Amino acid sequence: MATGPVSCNDPLMAAHLHRWPPISSFDGMIGQAVRGGESTRRQFVCRSAMLALLSSCCPSSSAALARQSDLPFQEIEDGIHVRYGLQEAMTADNHGAIANIGFIIGDESVAVVDTGTTYAQGESLMAAVRHVTDKPVSHVIATHVHLDHCFGHGAFEDAAPVFIGHHRLPGALSERGDFYLEQIKTLSLDGAETRVVQPGFLVDDAAEIDVGGRKLLLKAWPAAHTDNDLTVFDTRTGLLWAGDLLFVDRIPIVDGSINGWIDVLDELMPGDVSQVMPGHGALGSGREAIEQQKAYLVSLRDGVRAAIADGLDMTEAVAELADLAGPNWLLRDEGHGRNIIAAYAELEWE
Amino acid sequence: MKLSTSLRFAISAWLLLLVILVMPAGHPALAQDNKAWTEIRSELYGDDRTIHDGSGLLEIEAPDRAQDAALVPISIKSMIGPDDERYIKSLTIVIDENPAPVAGTFHFSRANGIADIATRVRVNAYSTIRAIAEMDDGQLYMAETFVKASGGCAAPATKNNAQAMARLGDMRMRQIGEWEVDQPAEVQLMISHPNFSGLQTDQVTQLWIPSHYVNDLAVSIDGQEILTFEGDISISENPSFNFFVMPQGEGELTARATDTKGNVFEHSWPLRMGSAS
Ligand SMILES: [Zn+2]
Repeated sequence: MATGPVSCNDPLMAAHLHRWPPISSFDGMIGQAVRGGESTRRQFVCRSAMLALLSSCCPSSSAALARQSDLPFQEIEDGIHVRYGLQEAMTADNHGAIANIGFIIGDESVAVVDTGTTYAQGESLMAAVRHVTDKPVSHVIATHVHLDHCFGHGAFEDAAPVFIGHHRLPGALSERGDFYLEQIKTLSLDGAETRVVQPGFLVDDAAEIDVGGRKLLLKAWPAAHTDNDLTVFDTRTGLLWAGDLLFVDRIPIVDGSINGWIDVLDELMPGDVSQVMPGHGALGSGREAIEQQKAYLVSLRDGVRAAIADGLDMTEAVAELADLAGPNWLLRDEGHGRNIIAAYAELEWE
Repeated sequence: MKLSTSLRFAISAWLLLLVILVMPAGHPALAQDNKAWTEIRSELYGDDRTIHDGSGLLEIEAPDRAQDAALVPISIKSMIGPDDERYIKSLTIVIDENPAPVAGTFHFSRANGIADIATRVRVNAYSTIRAIAEMDDGQLYMAETFVKASGGCAAPATKNNAQAMARLGDMRMRQIGEWEVDQPAEVQLMISHPNFSGLQTDQVTQLWIPSHYVNDLAVSIDGQEILTFEGDISISENPSFNFFVMPQGEGELTARATDTKGNVFEHSWPLRMGSAS
């Protein structure tokens, strides 16, 4: 672990930063009827405030400033710790720290769920674990192949946990790994040690792991957000870690199957789920967010089907549906056009 | 602190050198493009063949920014004048910065009428995309465009490998617009195939197996070959090709595709004249 971030993780700092980003700011965003801009600015203000806080009381503040991947962890439920990702596009400035990552502590050991975009983010996660417990990290779970979720895995290799992923994760990593590593190089100065870690344990359909008096149920889904989405259900608290099967406030990205995702959303929340941790955005009951996401995906599907039926080609469909009515997602411009393309390529086969 | 003149000179010389060294880095795409293209060009056409500027004869269209690196729609339009006796014998698509830069080559015949092509490609990085036409007299012409890479989690990869595999080799043919005898008419041909560009484990042997893609396609009408294509991993999952034919009345279009595992897929469809959907 590098020196800078460690000193930022001392107990006093943790107390200061405990509830960042403030839940209220996320609540505010849910109600906001604006496109990207305003909320992104608000997030930026939050982040700046936090960095100011870091620089005022953290001895190696310049290192902290240079490494904005060191966002704080907070305990959001009994033994469940999360680092909320920024609701921003991935940039060199934020080191691609945009996804929610964290860990779940059992009586015997710790299971990590996603590790972020870089080796350094993985290191920060490991430091956050060590800050609250001495128990070993027994499992490191990847919710899916995307670079903002499982490219900090390398920092856990020395601890020799079981790396777990969807049965299609190895193929996806082999196809995308080098490409993502290239992107990470341009995103992050601390990306040098970042590497691809293939899972050692694959989930075909469902699996159960035990971290000591705490069973975690893993489920591998059919193609939806990607073709290798894996969720983690904590039986102790009823919290479902949904990964990118759920985006809150931020535009969902179709990189697997739009039809599959719409179907998966109907099954994502069995009755025993009390809360849902999305891959991006705030923890919540999940129900409203799932409805909002589903409404968007359904209207996208309807629009693209109509465009195909009208004989529009892919490029024409993107233009035709650019202003498709729907939720005022954060980062809409980053995702809507590509969602149309992905949906088109899938739906023209119906 | 005072610097001696010679030291000052040395420093400014170093600064100048630095500026020179750093300058091209401001346009990395451009600099790399030229290098990549020089090599690709030499491999494809040797060093002594002239490639003419294709403006006026050839146009390539692609979005300025790839929305999804896995699916970048591109189209190539030929604009050979009615008085030009020549026809385009082949058209090669090159994506300079891709690991396999030559996306593929289409071979036409006079039976195509118009040598236009539309397809979807994977784009790995900020890259020039080129279309090089070889005329039946052997002359080469080139058109190019520049595509900025997509950001975020987009990757030049498969999205739904299992589905493409489940209907592996399934094909669709769509007649586009009005079809009249002896008038150029547009076809869209789609092949369900992952065009997988990575390595995957064989479920039985647990060994890594290499990329798996459509590398050969031949289209004929009533037994006469009118278009062939040799492709590579830069063609998107579930390859789609739009091209033209000159229908001679009702007939049958046959497409035969092979992939790198030696699978052969063949389908035929009746062609109808008049207004198609
Ligand atoms: Zn994702």
